[in-house]
Amino acid sequence: MKYYDKLIFEVSKEGRSGFSLPVNAFPAAPALPEAVRREAPLDLPEVSEPDVVRHYTNLSQMNFGVDTGFYPLGSCTMKYNPKINEEIAALPGFAGLHPLMRKESTQGAQKVYEEMGKALSAITGMHTFTFDPCAGAHGELTGLMIMRQYHLNRGDLGRTKVIVPDSAHGTNPASAAVCGLEVVEVKSLENGRIDVEALRPLLGPDIAGMMMTNPNTLGLFETEIKTIAELVHGAGGLLYYDGANMNPLMGVVRPGDMGFDIMHLNLHKTFSTPHGGGGPGSGPVGVAEHLAGCIPSLKVSAFHGNFGVILRAYAYILSLGKDYLRQVGAYAVLSANYIKECLKDVYKLPIEGVCKHEFVFDGLLNDGAREGVPGATTLDVAKRLLDYGFHAPTIYFPLLFHQALMIEPTETESKETIDAFIAVMRKIAAEAAEDPNILHEAPHCTPISRPDETTAARNPVLKYQDTL
Amino acid sequence: MLERIGVDKLEDLYSDVPSEFLKKGPYALPDAMSEQEIRDYFASLEALNAKLNVFVGAGAYDHYTPAVIPYLCARSEFLTAYTPYQCEISQGTLRYIFEYQSLICGLTGMDVSNASMYDGPTAAAEAMKMAIACTRKKTRVLLSGTLLPNVIQVVETYARFHGVAITVLPPAEGVTSLQTLENELAADDVAGVIVPSVNRYGIVEDHSGFAEAVHERKAVLVEYCDPSALAVVKTPGEWGADIAVGDGQPLGLPLCYGGPYVGFMAVKKEHMRKMPGRIVGQTVDKEGRRVFVLTLQAREQHIKREKATSNICSNESLMALWVTIYLSLMGPEGLKEVNRISSDGAHYLKAELLKTGQFQDVFPDKPFLKEFVLKPVGCACQLQQKLEAAGFFAALPTEEGYVSFCVTEKRTRAEIDRLVKVVKEG
Repeated sequence: MKYYDKLIFEVSKEGRSGFSLPVNAFPAAPALPEAVRREAPLDLPEVSEPDVVRHYTNLSQMNFGVDTGFYPLGSCTMKYNPKINEEIAALPGFAGLHPLMRKESTQGAQKVYEEMGKALSAITGMHTFTFDPCAGAHGELTGLMIMRQYHLNRGDLGRTKVIVPDSAHGTNPASAAVCGLEVVEVKSLENGRIDVEALRPLLGPDIAGMMMTNPNTLGLFETEIKTIAELVHGAGGLLYYDGANMNPLMGVVRPGDMGFDIMHLNLHKTFSTPHGGGGPGSGPVGVAEHLAGCIPSLKVSAFHGNFGVILRAYAYILSLGKDYLRQVGAYAVLSANYIKECLKDVYKLPIEGVCKHEFVFDGLLNDGAREGVPGATTLDVAKRLLDYGFHAPTIYFPLLFHQALMIEPTETESKETIDAFIAVMRKIAAEAAEDPNILHEAPHCTPISRPDETTAARNPVLKYQDTL
Repeated sequence: MLERIGVDKLEDLYSDVPSEFLKKGPYALPDAMSEQEIRDYFASLEALNAKLNVFVGAGAYDHYTPAVIPYLCARSEFLTAYTPYQCEISQGTLRYIFEYQSLICGLTGMDVSNASMYDGPTAAAEAMKMAIACTRKKTRVLLSGTLLPNVIQVVETYARFHGVAITVLPPAEGVTSLQTLENELAADDVAGVIVPSVNRYGIVEDHSGFAEAVHERKAVLVEYCDPSALAVVKTPGEWGADIAVGDGQPLGLPLCYGGPYVGFMAVKKEHMRKMPGRIVGQTVDKEGRRVFVLTLQAREQHIKREKATSNICSNESLMALWVTIYLSLMGPEGLKEVNRISSDGAHYLKAELLKTGQFQDVFPDKPFLKEFVLKPVGCACQLQQKLEAAGFFAALPTEEGYVSFCVTEKRTRAEIDRLVKVVKEG
């Protein structure tokens, strides 16, 4: 990677252009009335096509993706994205389809939705799916709307609270708040699982339901799931499954069988569609049969969700078929446990035992702290990993530990890659023990060094015009 | 690997799962397909979709996509990265988002843009929530009845659960009425007002006096815009709006049956810290070089949890790159020319359709660009199907009993003449 300093505005040269449009074959329409006409100058870049191609190629070279190298970002399931799926999504009969065309003339698209719904039902054990949500958090919000709608339809108006574990993804409480639900937090036990005894007193006629990630954000299976489902249902609530951690269950366990009533899936995680630098994603929501009637009253996105993403995910499912699907979860879990066992003598493993697709270390066992030299932190370890050509794990989440380092390898990495990662993690631990300053100063080999984030937040410069 | 973990077989890794929950028996899925079978199968599905010449907009516009855009967006360094948490190896993503924010601010005339939202309607719903958060003890938001139907439906859905009352203002002669707006504002419970810059009938609305009326009642003005049209129509900034939202789809994004598209949101500086979504800012690294980072994160869900300004985290980053490259290629002259050709084509089509005697003009005095509605004389029930049989997607029926048409720079004069001929021949 090399540092490249330009912004497209700085490549711009007056009078240049990069567009190619047909000659206007029509008589001139009347000019817009002055009152509604733009007066402000239109300050867009003026660049040629080669300028554009070089500029964005240079920008791309300062980026790291799954295709660049190992990307063990916990909770994000950065698995390999099969390339045939890109070709499928770009087929003109899909890419050129207007969303308001009649069902009769979009039979191919209808079939994709229908078959994809059936496939996701088979994989998850849910009855009906809606594909409207455009991302995981959007799916959560839609799922919670369904939860509230269900209670409202029954005339049960007092259910205004939702239970969320303290280890949950930040989107869970945030989605609940957007949906007008009050969040009640339930604590985790020492072993990282939900405290069932702490849950009992929280359940009552004001509880709309409970949100759960299983395995949870520590990568641990919630072994008391059966009791939890019985308790929540017994209190008249619904159980919501946050599908961000679905990958280890692929081909092994179905949320619907565990008693979940509503769930979302992140097609960009579990179903291998490219993350696009932060989207587009797709967050379809599945519900049990008795909730299917709550879906039609909700309109949560422009048209039919992110069709292009759904196409890619369906191609992925068909490539796996019923047999290879069986291997997805198990291989992801195998990789995660192997890394954990190979590193737990140098990184602090707060909770022993078998994990699922990911696990969390609480920083280094020996951070090298000595007089006058603070020890190496999780941030330091993450930055040093960049020097060795790996993306960093998710850091400082979940909030249960101070130095959380959350590692998710996925099933698409070879043993050689995983062993190379382990070797580097061990090397970094050794460096920390010897001289933590090497880590404090990291990264050394990336296009830029650590940024001044305080100034960025204190004196925000958020557009090019602010810099002039 | 199993030995290192200390288990005998793969199944042992699930020993913590109650055995009743382990899936027994086969999954109800087809057998695995090879890559060639995948290609053939999707080609067979694709063939079931009609290939039509698109003469409809209604929130999704068939503008031309320059070849450079998919080519560059397919670069795997952009495509297979995620949210730029590690800025040292994400300067590519962070820089294009900064450029995107700058371009959106330039188009809308606003101060601060976020890194993108899901789509136009959800961006409008976020603006509705923001209006509530920016004002005190106000619980109602006004929506112009001239907004696209899907914008109204999405905002109403969000509002219903967020505890916000929505009033839809009935249009007067195809546009938002200042008089009706002032009457509703008089109740003093209004947090915000959302109005379209180009509306569901294709009319370019005149919002003179709107900002003054809204601000007098300490409410927030939100302009819903077509960003392509902002090259020629008055900007939210010029109207005095507080928030600008819309869908970036008209900026060269493929129709793709409705998504992925990209919502945008830009606001006045004083509302910056109430804005949802990711924001990229400029700063320096230890060597003093200009670098870019995710900033103002204290607004976001991973820090504030239930007190966050929104639940959004993943957005439509790759589509923001798409829009950024589109705007760079088009430049000021290209984007104006897109508007000119589309508008000239639409005026030509409208005139030709009126000549057939089969339509009445509904809003003859109102200015429009690429989109317009007509009222069919007599029964128009079979018109859309008839045009479809001739290879056109056109004459989309509206709730009001009109039919809607749209012309982009992709439509040729020959295509338009052929469409009119089909109409004429009945």
